[in-house]
Amino acid sequence: MADNNANKQQPNGLPRIGFYICHCGSNIAGTIDVADVAKYAAGLPGVVVSRDYKYMCSDPGQEMIAQDIREHKLERLVVAACSPNLHEETFRKAAAKGGLNSFFFQMVNIREHASWVHEDKKAATAKAKDLARAAVYRVRFHKALEKQQVPVDPNVLVVGGGIAGIHAALTLANAGKKVTLVERESTIGGHMAAFDKTFPTLDCAACILTPKMSAVKSHPNITLWTYSEVSKVEGYVGNYKVTVKRKPRYVIEDLCVGCMECIDACVFKEPKFADKFNQGLGKRKPVYIDFPQATPKVVMIDPETCIQFKTGKCKKSCAEACDRKAIDFDQKEEVKELQVGAIILATGFKTFDAKKEPHYGYGKYPGVFTALEIERLVNASGPTSGEVVLRDGKHPKAVGIIHCVGSRDEKTNKWCSRVCCMYSLKLAHLIKEHSGAEVYNFYIDIRAAGKAYEEFYDKLLSEGVHFIRGRVAEVTDWAMTPEEEGKLVLRVEDTLAGFVRRVPVDMVVLATGLEPQADAQEVRRRFNIGCGNEGFFQERHPKLAPVNTFTDGIFIAGACQSPKDIPDTVAQAGAAAAEALVLIDAGHVELEPNTSHVVEEECCGCKSCVPLCPYTAITFDEAKKKAVINEVICKGCGVCAAACPSGSIRQNLFEDEEIFSEIEGVLGK
Amino acid sequence: MSFEPKIVAFFCNWCTYTAADLAGVSRLKYAPNVRVIRVMCSGRVDPQFVMDAFAKGADGVLLGGCHPGDCHYAEGNYKTLRRMRMLNRMLKDMGIEDGRFRLEWISGAEGEKVKVTVNDMVAKVRALGPLDMPGKFKEWDKEIEELEAHVNSDAPTEVAHAR
Repeated sequence: MADNNANKQQPNGLPRIGFYICHCGSNIAGTIDVADVAKYAAGLPGVVVSRDYKYMCSDPGQEMIAQDIREHKLERLVVAACSPNLHEETFRKAAAKGGLNSFFFQMVNIREHASWVHEDKKAATAKAKDLARAAVYRVRFHKALEKQQVPVDPNVLVVGGGIAGIHAALTLANAGKKVTLVERESTIGGHMAAFDKTFPTLDCAACILTPKMSAVKSHPNITLWTYSEVSKVEGYVGNYKVTVKRKPRYVIEDLCVGCMECIDACVFKEPKFADKFNQGLGKRKPVYIDFPQATPKVVMIDPETCIQFKTGKCKKSCAEACDRKAIDFDQKEEVKELQVGAIILATGFKTFDAKKEPHYGYGKYPGVFTALEIERLVNASGPTSGEVVLRDGKHPKAVGIIHCVGSRDEKTNKWCSRVCCMYSLKLAHLIKEHSGAEVYNFYIDIRAAGKAYEEFYDKLLSEGVHFIRGRVAEVTDWAMTPEEEGKLVLRVEDTLAGFVRRVPVDMVVLATGLEPQADAQEVRRRFNIGCGNEGFFQERHPKLAPVNTFTDGIFIAGACQSPKDIPDTVAQAGAAAAEALVLIDAGHVELEPNTSHVVEEECCGCKSCVPLCPYTAITFDEAKKKAVINEVICKGCGVCAAACPSGSIRQNLFEDEEIFSEIEGVLGK
Repeated sequence: MSFEPKIVAFFCNWCTYTAADLAGVSRLKYAPNVRVIRVMCSGRVDPQFVMDAFAKGADGVLLGGCHPGDCHYAEGNYKTLRRMRMLNRMLKDMGIEDGRFRLEWISGAEGEKVKVTVNDMVAKVRALGPLDMPGKFKEWDKEIEELEAHVNSDAPTEVAHAR
């Protein structure tokens, strides 16, 4: 550590500035000559202390800053290290520890914005000096600010009633918090409710899920709104106002007891319409319930297929059959508003559309199924009561499972969907168990990274399931030999054996990958969060803040963040619930003081700023003829400050003189 | 020595600054000519900031905000767009070439776009050569001084016109 601080005298009343540059091990020091930058900064006007140190963010680093503030009577602090998004708070605290107002501090990002992105050491060092100079110039103008404290509403909204949303809601409710769980479909349970068994333990999905579903329904702290969608979100951390649309199910939820007599009484004697819950493999009537354990156990009417809605001339036998008078053909959409402090998004995923890989013949050959369809076929409560049959009712003798459909593919989705290998193994086991068929897995790599996952793969190998390493080129019904007649043939290069094979089967299962929900972009805009390139919700930090988003008070859990299996989803849901609890139990949040205010004597009353504010925080005081900013509503974007022709609007931390001096600094010599 | 342009960038905290952080975390490599100034929203960028950067010697100014519809503050970037279109006309009148000022929408996930944009802009500004507004100001000041000297002296006015 060079000593650049030999008894420096402070000229002309400039504030006394301390400059610190971090090596970050070799992350910064490997590219930037930190000692040189420190030496340079020591000569900048106002700098009385300039030091470099291995890890500024460490305890000794912070302690050094605090001690220097006291010893050298520092009035301003500049730290050149990583991104302010990572350690701004750390050094603000260090400043406070030394007795300095936290906002007399400016951070210089020379890691993410310099050492990590440049190879030329000389140029990177020059850049670091420019950025350091800008901060030193700017920090002079900093003002002492205080963070505003606002109370946090203790209620939480959970969006999405799959296993992630269920677990998060229950965790919060058990901690005594009031939770509203909003689910788009008519029942909670999500994808997990459609599964028969779960890997690798093969425990029955319903047996572990449905108790949690009914716990949600009966929990005194949970309000469950199914068949509902969030349409609007306003406010800020700790104080969100959420608008929820409750779609009409044409059955009064509070009256229906789920006896299903209306279904029996429907004028359609037989179920006739494709059943979405069973992936279209089963049939339902216009009045229906998704599955027997649906929660809430309330029937609903589909206006698209109900004769009463289509013609108005049904004898309405369903309504007659209901002695609780729960059926209401005139039900209208309800709009509800609620106040919450935190929001957990657990909106899940959709599976890849297998028709986008036409060479696998989904939709063309009836023998080709998606994995979700097979989940329903092997399910004891599914449309075939667990019998694995083809669409014509015949039993398959050989089944081929194609892995990575819509995953690990430059043409569709580049990512690994993480669950397909394991669910393919599970389905292979179940198909074999239910039908006795020969099962072939066509895989690229088997990814069985998880507790007891590799062992499950070993078990499958010993069960006599076949594994062929190779990406299937196509599924065809074009027979080359008599044995292939009437079969679906999978053409594949067996990359272990080193030749091209043709494998005739009766049934093909496509292990479709996981994708973001179709409306993920709309949803993220509604909640003001980000999506990654793949379209999954963006976490605040991939390692250190995996359930936080860039919007405080909004958390994410489960497959809406990235593909993940049930154990990981549940763990993440618990984490999101814990983060929400941290926020709520603190009772208040501190808001960044970067709000704007009007300097009254300079305001000319032109009203330019008033219509610009997206939060209507600016009003016009007609008596004084001055603009007034409500700093509680202001979110600190600074749009008004940029527009004010008289320069009377000031944004804390981003005042004109601060930015002008920063411009001067980066361009100075 | 070849000319290395100096570019001042204003990046919004939520999208483009985050994208630049992501570029760092992903260890993408790009030209070291850009100096980033962080603002909360691209809507905070007063056109005067851009003018000031040019006036103080920047060869280029890059402004980065969230994609339309994605602004953390709902609509700040639309205001930026409006202002900067006006500013563009003004810059042209001042003889500042196209390409020296650039407005880009870069989301928090687009670290790669930071790299591509910076490299592209640096190459284009390098081809344009130095802008040197401070030098031009000096030149103009000198011209005005000379003109004033002529006006104040007894020299015939035609001479001044002829300049």
